[in-house]
This record gives sequence, structure tokens and C-alpha cells, in this order.
Amino acid sequence: MYADYVSRRLGIMLLVVFLAVSINFALPRMMPGDPIQAQLSQLLASGGGSGDITAMVESYQKRFGLDQPVWAQYIAYWQALFRLDLGVSLANYPERVDAAIANSLPWTLGLLGVATAVSFTIGTLLGGLLGWPRTPRWIKNLGSGVVLLSSVPYFLIGMILLYLFAIVFRWFPAGGGMPFGLNGGFNIETISGILWHGTLPALSIIIAEIGAWAIGMRGMLVSVLGEDYITLAEAKGNKPRRILNRYGMRNALLPQLTKLAMTLGHIVSGAILVEVIFSYPGVGFRLYQAIQSKDYFVIQGIVLLLSVSIAVAMFILDLIYPLIDPRITAKGR
Amino acid sequence: MRHLISLAVHELARNRTLLAGVTLLGIIIVIAIVGPLVVDVAQARVGATIPRTPPSAEHWLGTDGQGRDMFTVLILAMPQTLKVGLLAGVISLSVGVALGLIAGFTGGIVDTVIRLASDVMMTIPGIAILVLVASNVREMTVELMAVIVASLSWMVATRTIRAQTLSLRERGYVQIARLNGASGLKLIFVEVLPNLLPFIAASFVITVSNAMLATIGLEALGLGPQNDLTLGMAIYWAQFYGAIIRGMWWWWGPPIVAIALIFIGLMLTSAGMDRFANKRLGSS
Repeated sequence: MYADYVSRRLGIMLLVVFLAVSINFALPRMMPGDPIQAQLSQLLASGGGSGDITAMVESYQKRFGLDQPVWAQYIAYWQALFRLDLGVSLANYPERVDAAIANSLPWTLGLLGVATAVSFTIGTLLGGLLGWPRTPRWIKNLGSGVVLLSSVPYFLIGMILLYLFAIVFRWFPAGGGMPFGLNGGFNIETISGILWHGTLPALSIIIAEIGAWAIGMRGMLVSVLGEDYITLAEAKGNKPRRILNRYGMRNALLPQLTKLAMTLGHIVSGAILVEVIFSYPGVGFRLYQAIQSKDYFVIQGIVLLLSVSIAVAMFILDLIYPLIDPRITAKGR
Repeated sequence: MRHLISLAVHELARNRTLLAGVTLLGIIIVIAIVGPLVVDVAQARVGATIPRTPPSAEHWLGTDGQGRDMFTVLILAMPQTLKVGLLAGVISLSVGVALGLIAGFTGGIVDTVIRLASDVMMTIPGIAILVLVASNVREMTVELMAVIVASLSWMVATRTIRAQTLSLRERGYVQIARLNGASGLKLIFVEVLPNLLPFIAASFVITVSNAMLATIGLEALGLGPQNDLTLGMAIYWAQFYGAIIRGMWWWWGPPIVAIALIFIGLMLTSAGMDRFANKRLGSS
């Protein structure tokens, strides 16, 4: 049963990766206009140069293999991918795209990892409290406010935080990943600098995410509390707190994990703009810069990274899930 | 029809969440429709006023860095943003409902293919594809934006409608109609579809909300329609010219409030509808 389930999830993941790579390959080639020609004529115009660029375009096309048939280009594209060769940045030539990604990825992973862990924990606990009939009134009212906030896009909350705490009060820096002049050595100064710079970006994701986790948890807990085994637990004379923790929360927690997998893509895309607002040196900010400078290979590389990493992350969560809840494989989801 | 209206009024009277959401959205829509007829469109052109002035009696929300009156910009941008959301919502809902009904009713290999497709599409992060498409088209327009966003957000409706169709198909009255010799199309349109309306309405709200979220995100990244006034583009220009760092809160504040109110309205409506839909059919 588990093997069936795993092979289905693995199949979906491979299909997603295959599609993502193919779309990445096909889209720029389907669009009207030649990016190389456009880039070169722009380069010439800005340099004040003039003259015949056809020869240059041809030589570049040869360099990138664009003079070959499409299927040969497609195979070459896959081969290059396996060597992690994603091309070079047109804006920051000769920086390689994989190096650009490798430089910015740790920032994003750190920011998202911390923000997601904190908001998942607080949100799930809050949701549990909201769904529990004995919770004090003021917590429920506060909770409703937080839930409303969750419908507002992250980066808008980020803009408000940036204005209040970096511009008006000047408690936190207005941008960047760490203070200027630090070379990134492993010491207290660097670590506190990184934390100090990461607080506002992380906070804007956390504020917006807590509500989403709380809603899911509240809904689940309410339906779990209606189950027969809760009535039985009450009849056995368990204390209310024990019923909430051992019988209610534990069972309601499972769907939260599925949701974690499902919303991963949503969190990543939401964080792109948070990074832009705070000029945080992660993948999202790099993507923004690449879009601004029409740096096609960097855009493609980051888009590919996003699709593949989310597919892989969902696959891993899918693998863990049946270990926590054996019913999942039985249903064959 | 009269039955539906009285049902809606009855539900609104008791469902306070739904009432709050619908009222908020109603006010926003009225402003978006009436507003553009009242304001002076010329005030939203670049260089129409003195740039970078804070709110005053003359310019209620101040002016931006290019000399546009922010109040006029806001009034003109709101219908455009709503238009993208509604258009994308209608397109993706039609596709989603059609696929969901087909999958739920036909079953077999068709169902498997549709389910696989929606599973795969749910895994691919929409924003990634959007960025790729948007950065490759020559000129972005509001309509093109809606189509692109819609092509990536039909899955929610497909899933909901498929699940509900599967459960409705086995209900007694559908079985009786089938035994009476009703054709497949008649079963779908007469027996099943009317009962799916609450779910279709609920998916519509979610789809519109997702579509608008994606649109505003793309616009804030600078991939939106450069020549149109939308709320997302207003945010983009404010960000591009460093309005936050320069302390010009009236430039970026009002678009944020407008966007936040739209999303809160949509969320309240969707939460209220959820309650209604689940109560009528019983969640399955």
C-alpha cells in the first residue's frame, strides 16, 4: 500500500519537474521577438554605437546553440541542467546564474524557515484556543482580528512595518541583510546583525501567516471535538485540559501538516515581495532585480528553482505524512 | 428566482460574517463604479499637479512623485483591479466547474487525467509561471493579465466541484431521475448543478481573491500593465521611487488600505458562504 502511494507521489513530482523544465524551455522560444537581438540592440544604443548587428546576433546564436533544431536545443538544455549550468547573467556578466542563486538562496531559506516555523507554531496554538469552548472571550476577539489580517498580502504589512519601525521610530534598519562593512565572519557581531536586519521581514510574514494557520486549526478542532471519542474521554472523567491537548489538538494537527505542504508555494511567492520591500538579499529580491534589467537567464533560473524546490518539498512532506497518519495510504489519496 | 432571493435575504439576516463581507464589497464596488464618473480624469495624468505634496484641501490624498493626484489615481485604479479579479475569476471558475462536473460524472480515465492535471498544476507555483510569461510578453494589458492568472487558478474550483458531484451523484433524487430515463446532460443541469450553486459561489469568491492576489503581486514586481492605473501599479511606482524611505505615507498608504479592504471583504464573504454551503449540503 505504501509503495503504491509513494510511486504515485513520486510520479507526480517527476511530472511537475519535467513540465516546469519544459515550460521554462518553451516559453521564451514561443514568444515573438528575439531576446538576444533585443538585448544587443539595446546595448548598442546605450553605448552610442551603430551598425550591423546581424553578424553579432548570429555569432551569439551559435554560441547558445540557437541555430540548431528545436529538439536538439531541448536535449542540450536538459544536459546543461544536469551540470547545473543555467547560463550567465546578462546584467552582471560574467556571473553565472547558479552562483547568483547560491549566493541568495541561504538568505531566503533562513528567512522563510524561521518565519514559517514561528507562524505555524503560534497560529496552530491560537487556532486551538479559538476552537475550544472554554477559551476566555478576549483571546477569541484578539484571534478574530489576527485572522482578518491574514487576508492582507504579506508585502503590504511589510510596507507598514517598514514605515513605522524603520523610518518613523528608527528601531530597525530599512533594508539589506546585514550591516555594511561586515565581511560575514562567524561571530556575535555578524549573527546579531543578521537577526536585527531579518526581524522586520520575518515579522511581516509571521503576522500575515498566523491567521491562516489559526483558521485551519480552529475548523479542524471544532469537528474533532464533535467526535464520539471526545464524548467517551469526557465520560471517563478526563480533565478538560487533557481532553484538549491529548484528544483534540493531536488529532486536529494532522491536516495542518498537509496544509503546510499545500501552502509552501504560496509562502514562497508571498515572500518574494517582502524581500523586495526590504531589499533583503534573497532569491526574491534577485528575481526583482533580474526583471528590472530584463536578465532572462536569471529569471529562468530562479523560476526553475522555485518550481523544482516546491515539488521536492511537497514530495518529502507527502512521504512523511502517512507515517504520522496511517489512514492516508489506505484512502489512496 | 424569488425563492433564491428570499433564501439569500434570510441567510444574510442571520449570517453576520456574510453580511459584513457583502456590505464591505458592495461599498467598494459602488465607489469603483460611481467614482470614475465623478472625478476629473486629467488629475491622474503625469505632471497634472505639483509633485510630492502632502494631503491638502485641494488634493485630499496628496500627489505622487510624478504629479498625479493620488485620490483620483485611487478612484481610477480600483475598478481596474476589480476587473482583473472578476474577469480571471469568471474564466477560471467556468473552466473549473466544467472540468469538475465532467470528472465527477464520467469517472474512469477522464477523471484520472483531470485529477492528475489539477494535482500537478497545484504543485507548480503559479507565481513562477506568471513571472515567466509576464516577463516574455511585449506589452501587458489588464485583459491579458486576467487570462494568464485564470489559466493558473482553475484547480480549486475543479477539486471542490468534483468532490461535491461525486457525492451528489449517489443521492436518492438523482438516482430516481436516472431510473426515470433522464439523459446525462439533463441530470447535470437540472438535478446536480442547482445544488452546487452554494459551492460554485464559494469557489468564485476564493478564485477572485487568489486571482487578485496574484495580479497585485505581479504588478508590484513591475510586470503589470505599465500604462494602466491599477492598485498594484500604484504600489509598484511608490516602491520604485522610494516613497516609504522618503516618508511619503500618502503615496503608498491609501492603495494599501484599499487593497486590504478588498481582501478583508472577500475573506469575510468567503467565510460566511462556507458556513452556508456546508450547512445546506452537509460537508462531505
